[in-house]
Amino acid sequence: MSVLVDKNTRLIVQGLTGREGSFHAQQMIEYGTKVVAGVTPGKGGTEHLGVPIFNTVGEAVRKTRANASVIFVPPPFAADAILEAADAGLPLVICITEGIPTLDMVRVAAALKSNPSVRLIGPNCPGIISPGKCKIGIMPGSIHKEGHVGLVSRSGTLTYEAVHQLTQLGIGQSTCIGIGGDPIIGTSFLDAVKMFNEDRDTHAIVLIGEIGGNAEEVASEYIKKNVKKPVVGFIAGQTAPPGRRMGHAGAIISGGQGTAADKYKAMRAAGIHTVQSPAEIGHTLASVLGKSKSKAAPKKKAVPKKQAKKKKK
Amino acid sequence: MKIHEYQAKAILAKFGVPVPRGEVVFKKDEARAVAQRLGTSVVVVKAQIHAGGRGKAGGVKLAKSADEAASLAEQILGMKLVTPQTGEEGRVVHRLLIEEGLDIKRELYISILVDRASGLPVFMASTAGGMEIEEVAKEHPEMILRETIHPVTGMQPYHARKLAFGLGLSAELANAAVPFFQSLYRAFIETDASLLEINPCVVTGDGRLVALDAKVNFDDNALYRHPEFKELRDLDEETPLEVEASKFKLNYIKLDGTIACMVNGAGLAMATMDIIKLSGGSPANFLDVGGGASEDQVKNAFRILLSDPNVRAVFVNIFGGILRCDVLASGVVNAAKELKFKVPVVVRMEGTNVKQGQEILRNSGLNFTVAAGMKDGAEKAVKLAGGAQ
Repeated sequence: MSVLVDKNTRLIVQGLTGREGSFHAQQMIEYGTKVVAGVTPGKGGTEHLGVPIFNTVGEAVRKTRANASVIFVPPPFAADAILEAADAGLPLVICITEGIPTLDMVRVAAALKSNPSVRLIGPNCPGIISPGKCKIGIMPGSIHKEGHVGLVSRSGTLTYEAVHQLTQLGIGQSTCIGIGGDPIIGTSFLDAVKMFNEDRDTHAIVLIGEIGGNAEEVASEYIKKNVKKPVVGFIAGQTAPPGRRMGHAGAIISGGQGTAADKYKAMRAAGIHTVQSPAEIGHTLASVLGKSKSKAAPKKKAVPKKQAKKKKK
Repeated sequence: MKIHEYQAKAILAKFGVPVPRGEVVFKKDEARAVAQRLGTSVVVVKAQIHAGGRGKAGGVKLAKSADEAASLAEQILGMKLVTPQTGEEGRVVHRLLIEEGLDIKRELYISILVDRASGLPVFMASTAGGMEIEEVAKEHPEMILRETIHPVTGMQPYHARKLAFGLGLSAELANAAVPFFQSLYRAFIETDASLLEINPCVVTGDGRLVALDAKVNFDDNALYRHPEFKELRDLDEETPLEVEASKFKLNYIKLDGTIACMVNGAGLAMATMDIIKLSGGSPANFLDVGGGASEDQVKNAFRILLSDPNVRAVFVNIFGGILRCDVLASGVVNAAKELKFKVPVVVRMEGTNVKQGQEILRNSGLNFTVAAGMKDGAEKAVKLAGGAQ
C-alpha cells in the first residue's frame, strides 16, 4: 500500500521531448514507473524513448488508459498544461515546473476547485515516490527504500537529505510527497497528512516545512485532533531574515507571519516530535519508533511478526 | 521585485487611480523647479527608498515654499535613512518625490495581495490608515475588512461598496470608492503584482479619495510578460553582491555572518544556515545554486561568496540529484585553482556520483576538508572559521 501512486499508475509525461522531460522520463522508466505516453503538441505520432507521443493529453488518455500525468513544460505554458491534464480527466497531476506566475496559479486553483476529482501535486516540487513501486518526478530513486514512513515536504534536496538519513538507518518509506515551494500549491501538508493517516501501510509521518504561510500550523492542528501515528517535524529557515524570499517563492516571512518559531510552537502543541537540526531527522524518527512500538510498526516488515509471536506467548 | 513610490503612483495613475500631482527629482534645484510648477501652498518632499517607515526616520518633510523644498531636498538627498525595514545599515537617499500637499480629513489603509490559504486575491481595507498594518492586525484584527475576490468575476461594485460602507464613508464617497477600488484591483492583476498597498489612502477636505502613498511589488515569476518593468529596477536599492549573483541566475542573499555556504536547493540551503547557527557559527549568506548548476555557475558562486570580506570559511553542502557530485567537485576545484583563495573550504557531498566527486577533490592536491554529513560539515566549518561565537 502507498498513497496516490503504485504499480498500477500509468503515467503521461507532458513535455517528454524536452531536455528536462526527456532526462527524467528516462530515469523514471529505469526505476520501473509505467510511462505510457508523452505529450508534445505538434509531435503526435512520433516516438521518444520508446514511448508514443501525442498532440493532446486527451488523446493520450484515450489511447493509453493513463491515470496520472507529470508536467515538465516551461513556466509560461505550465498553467495551461495543468488545466489540460485536468480537463482530460486525469485524477492525479504532478507539476514539477518552477517559476509559474502566482496569478496563473490563482486561476488554476480556482478552476480545480470545481473539479474535485483532480489532485494536483506542486508546482515547483520534486514529485512523488512510493519506493519500489513508482517514481514520478526528479528525486534520485536510489536513496529510497520500501517501508512504512510517509514523508511530506515543501523542499526538494532537503527531502532527499531526510530520506537518505532514514534509509541509512534502515527505515523505509511508504510514500514521499514533495508538495512544492510555491505560495499556491495543489496538495497541502494537511491533504498529505490526512492521506498518510488513513493509509494502513504508513506507520509514522515526517513533516518537513519551511518559513512562510501557515500550512504547517494548519496541519499541526489536524494532527493534534486526529493523528495517533507518531509525527516528526522540522522547519527550515530558523535563521532566515524577515522580508526576504529564500529561494522558494513561498519561503518568506512577511509582516511577522510565517516564522519558524511559530511553526515549531504549533507542532509542539500538537505533540509532534520536533527536530531543530536537519541532521537529526532520521535519528529522531528512529528513537520515536523505538519508543512507540505499540502505536507504530517498527522499521522492518520482519519485526512485527516476531512481536506478534512474542505477544502470543 | 520592488519599485519606488513614484513609479508605483505612475503605474496606478495609468489605471485611473487618483494620486497627488508630483515629480521625481535627483537634485536640489530640480526640487525647487517642481515645487514652483506645482504651485501649492505646501509641497511634500519624500525620500524614495525601497523601505517603509520613512516618515519617522526623517525622510518625509513639508515645505511651505519652493526655497524651503530646495533646502529640504539638499538635506535629505544623500542622507542615510534607518527604518525598521532597512536594518541597521540603512539606505542612502538618491531620489525624492516632490508632491502637492493635500488637505487631509481622514486616512485609510488599503491593500491587495494573494491569500495563500484560499489561493485567492484578497482586498483589505481599514480605518487605521497611516499605521503599521501588522500592529493593527495583531492588536485589532476586527479593524481590518477583507473581501476575497474570485478571479472569474474580478472585483465587483458590491465588493467595493461593502468595503466603502464598512469604512464608514459617506454615500457620495462610497460612489467614488467603487471605480477607485476597481482600478486598484485591475492594476494588481494586470501588472502581476504580489502586493499593492495604499497606506494611507486619504479623504481630502474637498471630498476626494486619493492614494497618498503607494507600494507595488511585482511577482518575479511573471516579469517575463512585463518587459517594460525592467527599467524600473533601481540597482542602488540592492546589495551589490546580490546584483552580481542575479547575473548568473544564482539565488544569493547576503547575511552578516562569517561562514559562506553554497548549497543546491532552497530548503537545504535554509537548513544549512540553520545547522551552522546550531553549531555555534553564523551564516554569511543564503545561496542556492539550483538543481542543474554548471561548473561555470559553481565558479561564479565561489567568486561572489569570497567577495564578502567577512567570510572566514566556506561550507559546500550538496545533495546530488540532478546536479552530479563530480560536476560540482570539478567546479569547486577549478574555482579554487583560478581564484587562488586561501579561505578554508569544507565540502559535504551526497547522492549521484558521490565517489567520483570525492575522488576529484582528493586528487586535486588542494586543501579541502571533506565532511561526512551535514552536522560534521557545519562543525568543521565553524572550527575553521575561528570557533563558536
